[in-house]
Amino acid sequence: MHTDFTPIASTLGGMLIGLAAALLLVFNGRIAGISGILGGLLEAAEGWSWRGVFLLGMVLGGVGLLIFAPATVPGAAIDSLPLLAVAGLLVGFGTRMGGGCTSGHGVCGLSRLSTRSLTATVIFMGAAMLTTGVTRHVLGPWVGAGGAG
Amino acid sequence: MTHAQPRKRQHLVAGIAGLLFALGLGLAGMTDPNKVLNFLDLFGDWDPSLALVMGGAILVYAPVSRWLQGKSSPRLADQFHWPTKRDIDSKLVGGAVLFGVGWGIAGYCPGPAIVAATGAAGPVLVFFAAMVLGMFLYGLIARRRDTLRAARKAA
Repeated sequence: MHTDFTPIASTLGGMLIGLAAALLLVFNGRIAGISGILGGLLEAAEGWSWRGVFLLGMVLGGVGLLIFAPATVPGAAIDSLPLLAVAGLLVGFGTRMGGGCTSGHGVCGLSRLSTRSLTATVIFMGAAMLTTGVTRHVLGPWVGAGGAG
Repeated sequence: MTHAQPRKRQHLVAGIAGLLFALGLGLAGMTDPNKVLNFLDLFGDWDPSLALVMGGAILVYAPVSRWLQGKSSPRLADQFHWPTKRDIDSKLVGGAVLFGVGWGIAGYCPGPAIVAATGAAGPVLVFFAAMVLGMFLYGLIARRRDTLRAARKAA
C-alpha cells in the first residue's frame, strides 16, 4: 500500500518523541527505551511502578489517537496471523536479548554516541530492510505479506 | 533537592512522557505499519519519512542527554540510570538480528505495537501478545542462565 512522504509531520512527531524521552531523563533519570520499560515491568524489576504509569500514558495516547486521528492507527499491514505471531515473538525476544529497540538504541543510544547502540541500530535496520525486501519481493505471493509498494 | 512527594511527581512525569511518546509515534506515522514497511522496503515505493522521525527525536534528545551527562542527579530522583554495558557481544548482535527480522515482517517495533494494541483489533493483539511472550521467554532463559552460572561458580 502506498504511503505519502510526510517530512513535516514525521520530523515534528520525532521531536515529540525526543521531548518525551528528554522529560523522563531530566526529571527521573531514566532512559526511554520501550522494550526495557515493558520488559522490566514483566520481570517485576525495581521501578516497576513508574514503568506501569509510563505504559498507561502510552495507552492513553493510543486511545486519543484512535478517537481524534484514527487514520494514524490503521491496524496490521499483513493478514497472516501465524506470521504476525512469529514476528511478535522475534521482536519481543530479540529486543530483550539485544538490550534495546528503536527507542533505546536508535534514539537514546545514538544520542549518547554509544558504539553498542550504533552497532545494534545498523544491524536491526539492515536485518529489517533485508526481511521486508525478501518477504515482499521474493516470498510475497506465498505468504501474503503486505503487497509490495 | 527535596520534594514533598517525589515518587508521585516521578509518576506524573512518567505518565506525561508516555502520553507524549505515543502521540509523537502517531504524528510521526510510526503507528502505521504500512508506512514503516515502505521505509524498510528500499526496492518498492520507498517512503523515507521514518529517517526524519529518528532524526527529529535525536535533534531534541541529544543536546539534553549530553548536557545531563555532566550532572550528578536528575530533578526528581537520586541518580541517573545510564546504561553501563560497553561490550559488543553475541547477545547484542543476535538480539538485533532477531528484532530486525520480526520488525521487517510486521512493521511494528515495541512502542508502536503498544499504541496500536490499544485499538484491540484482532491481528494487532496477536502481534502484541506474541511480543510480550517473547520478552517473557527471554527473561526466563536469562534468569535460568544466571542461576546456572552462579551454581557453577559456587561448585
